[in-house]
Amino acid sequence: MMDYSQFLLMPQEIGLLLVFLLVFIYDTFMPERTQRYMPVFTVIMMALYTIYCFCCPAAVGEAFGGMFETNAPTWVMKNILNVGVVLVLLQAVKWTNGDFVSVRRGEFYELTLLTLLGMFLMISARHFLLFVIGLETASLPIAALAAFEKRYYESHEAAAKYIFTAIFSSAIFLLGISFVYGMSGSLYFKDIAVSLIGNHSALLIASLAFVIAGVGFKLSLVPFHLWTADVYQGAPTAVTSYLSVISKGAAAFSFLVILVQVFGSAYSQVWEWMLYAIIILTITLGNLFAVRQRNLKRFLAFSSISQAGYIMLGVIAVNVMGMSSMIYYVLVYIFSNLAAFGVIAAIERQTGKVTMDDYNGLFKTNPWLAFTMMLAMFSLGGIPPFAGFFSKFFIFVGACHQGSVAIYALVLIALVNTIISLYYYLLVVKAMFIRQDECVIPKFQSHWTERIGMILCVLGIIFIGLVSCIYASINGAVDAIGAMFAAVQ
Amino acid sequence: MEIFNNILIYFVIVPLLTLGGLALCSNRGIKAIRTVAVVGASVLMVLAIALVKMFLAARGAGVTDEMILRSDVMWYAPFNVHLALGVDGVSVVMILLSAFIVFAGVFASWKMNPLPKQFFMWFFLLSTGVFGFFISIDLFTMFMFYEVALIPMYLLIGVWGSGNKNYSAMKLTLMLMGGSAFLMLGLIGIYFHSAPEGQPLTMNILDIAHNNAIPHSWQYVLFPLTFVGFGVLGAMFPFHTWSPDGHASAPTAVSMLHAGVLMKLGGYGCFRIAIYLMPFAANELAWIFLLLTGFSIVYGALSACVQTDLKYINAYSSVSHCGMVLFAILMFNTTAMTGAVLQMLSHGLMTALFFALIGMIYGRTHTRDIRDMGGMMHIMPYLGVGYVIAGLASLGLPGLSGFAAEMTIFFGSFQHTDTFHRVLTIMATTSIVVTAVYILRVVAKLLFGEVQDEHHRSLTDASWEERLSTATLILAVAAIGCFPNFFVNIISSSFEPVVKALQAALPMI
Repeated sequence: MMDYSQFLLMPQEIGLLLVFLLVFIYDTFMPERTQRYMPVFTVIMMALYTIYCFCCPAAVGEAFGGMFETNAPTWVMKNILNVGVVLVLLQAVKWTNGDFVSVRRGEFYELTLLTLLGMFLMISARHFLLFVIGLETASLPIAALAAFEKRYYESHEAAAKYIFTAIFSSAIFLLGISFVYGMSGSLYFKDIAVSLIGNHSALLIASLAFVIAGVGFKLSLVPFHLWTADVYQGAPTAVTSYLSVISKGAAAFSFLVILVQVFGSAYSQVWEWMLYAIIILTITLGNLFAVRQRNLKRFLAFSSISQAGYIMLGVIAVNVMGMSSMIYYVLVYIFSNLAAFGVIAAIERQTGKVTMDDYNGLFKTNPWLAFTMMLAMFSLGGIPPFAGFFSKFFIFVGACHQGSVAIYALVLIALVNTIISLYYYLLVVKAMFIRQDECVIPKFQSHWTERIGMILCVLGIIFIGLVSCIYASINGAVDAIGAMFAAVQ
Repeated sequence: MEIFNNILIYFVIVPLLTLGGLALCSNRGIKAIRTVAVVGASVLMVLAIALVKMFLAARGAGVTDEMILRSDVMWYAPFNVHLALGVDGVSVVMILLSAFIVFAGVFASWKMNPLPKQFFMWFFLLSTGVFGFFISIDLFTMFMFYEVALIPMYLLIGVWGSGNKNYSAMKLTLMLMGGSAFLMLGLIGIYFHSAPEGQPLTMNILDIAHNNAIPHSWQYVLFPLTFVGFGVLGAMFPFHTWSPDGHASAPTAVSMLHAGVLMKLGGYGCFRIAIYLMPFAANELAWIFLLLTGFSIVYGALSACVQTDLKYINAYSSVSHCGMVLFAILMFNTTAMTGAVLQMLSHGLMTALFFALIGMIYGRTHTRDIRDMGGMMHIMPYLGVGYVIAGLASLGLPGLSGFAAEMTIFFGSFQHTDTFHRVLTIMATTSIVVTAVYILRVVAKLLFGEVQDEHHRSLTDASWEERLSTATLILAVAAIGCFPNFFVNIISSSFEPVVKALQAALPMI
């Protein structure tokens, strides 16, 4: 007899399902003339649910025989993703009411919410079967979302690229898991961790490599990043922003959990060095490619690749400070990147322009958009007093807390890379503020939903850093499971 | 909140309020914009003077704390980051200097065009960073304000600059940010070795200095990181290349603020963080940086001799004079370090005066090339006299600030009895002669030469706000020259803890 009270441990998942069902019912049964309000309805429902989650105390415990676990950090992680999704959906409202998209707008919201549910499962899974279910739920619908602008060739290309890479990487991931299963005879994280202690065999190295490759695809770590630029460019901007912040954030959270909880005993022998090399490659290559991009969506794709490298610094630290800095980094990254995508989406919807040269002289005609974009760029580049500075500083401190000289060297490489990144972020600022052009984007009024989205992002960029209680609460949540890192060797 | 009873916090709040006030002004209301900017700058000036009085009163009353007016508010508890404020003599005079230059800078950019509102907003953001840097004694907040002061330079030069401004702005920003990347690693390293094993880590400079727990092996790495990090901003030799380009392209007020105040952040940081916190490595590695800075002094002066653009001449002379600051700090005795701070003051005011005058001349003649100008003394006597005074201060005429500073520095440097320091000092003194060469060359050509362009004869002399701006600076330059003792009294007690730490770190022979 199953104990149904276990479901009480998943209030966030159930709440999300409720939101999804409400949206689905609205989409299916409400009359055609009210459909226009569905996007706003979804945003409001999602926002209410997010606020509710913030107000509740975190559910702590294990369900379904240890397959599912919720604790203070997972609660915080999911809340952060929720906030990001609210912002993404808010910025998409006007686009989904557009001419060619409006007939399918329900699908956009339903699929987005479903992938979010998959991500929640990834974060909370403590059994590889559940994890794979989450991973697939979080990956496959995104291909459909990427193909949303049916009339554009690039959109189809993006979807095809995404789904092939997704399937391929899942297969590799599953292969890695099956090796692990062969070695330990279990798929529970806890059992695997116990049976892997002292094991540094070639098989373990191979399986770790496969697992890292599988998740590295979602995070677009170099060398698993090749899909990123094309998909980001081809997919509709709302989907790109979802892909670049939410999907990446969820993957980063679950990556940390897997590496620490399952493979913690192989840290210093095996995966510290794998991750070390990957971080250097990711940050450096992402930056160097970003320098050459003219299309802003491709530009942000490469910038987000290098940002993923910085996020991984919090994983390689394997300590409380590193983990809380990583969660904080993702939070800040969500706000900064969504501010940038908000501006890009608004301008693209209005004029269809997406290259950097089109932004020349934007400050003259649309000062507020230029201002928002500038703050986003400064925050991504780590300029104080904006939030990006704090998150970068903290993640470096977290990494250095690990203590080895090698990590200090890694941080130095990352710091030198921030200069490269600052160069290309400043290129955007230069285009908007300094350069002049005859065919400037004309002055226009962005839709009120887009404006609210951007204002929220700007407020986040300014205040998440200066208000220290946000970091403190994340740190407090992570502290609750600090014992997890004791097993790491 | 107890912190609001501290006068220091208002050095950050006032520029921010001014920034907010400017944001409320309309783009076209130039009068309102000017009023807000002038009020903000004047309040800062009054605050700075009040601070000096408070400091003197406290010292007069026998307060011998290393830092006075201290406040401490916890900010990021997990990292033990505080908003910790406190000043000693050096910071007090630096704050006074900044307030002066901000005040003069507002008047120097009176006719700023286009977008005056945005210009002043960035200008005051920059000053927020500068003041914040000088009042904080917490590594994190200090570094944060340091970077806040750097980034507005990009747009200030990029939007309102002249000449090859895109290149200069990007070069300046990237080089300074590169320096601060090294600095950040250095600060993180210091943080993790800030306390002996088992005690909580701290970011407070005074606590770190008292703990003196940074292992010697780490000091060898962290000292160069922090010294170079700040040295980039102090225009130390191989990292000085941003300075001539940056200054040449920047608008007048920005050049003033940058050469006058921002470059002082470098010297101040070298002294306050690199040397004070890591005295062992400072003793061991000083010779490398002495060579570099000694080279900067001579190299900067020689380069200035062959330039024809007024701003380039002044920028290279800044490299030379700022090299002198770092050189003197590395001498590690009270006399030379006092000289270093006097030199910071002197150079800050003098260069600001120079840049203000150059800006005013350029605004009239639309050229900065000395080959195209001449006879300005007849055409615009006020500006001409100002230029001569600035030049004389620069080449060290007694009675003006340069003399007091350089004499103190060379006296201090000669207190070392070993050949290495003596030879370097003698090398550095040659720069005084070279300085005279390039200053007199400009004065002869620009002010007393033949009039090169007949159109120049119809140019007007300084307007009232320009007179006010230059007169403030000239008075300050003369004040330092005539009453150096007033400043020395404020400054010199602040060096005792540093010199003590340096001597304690010397290997026992």
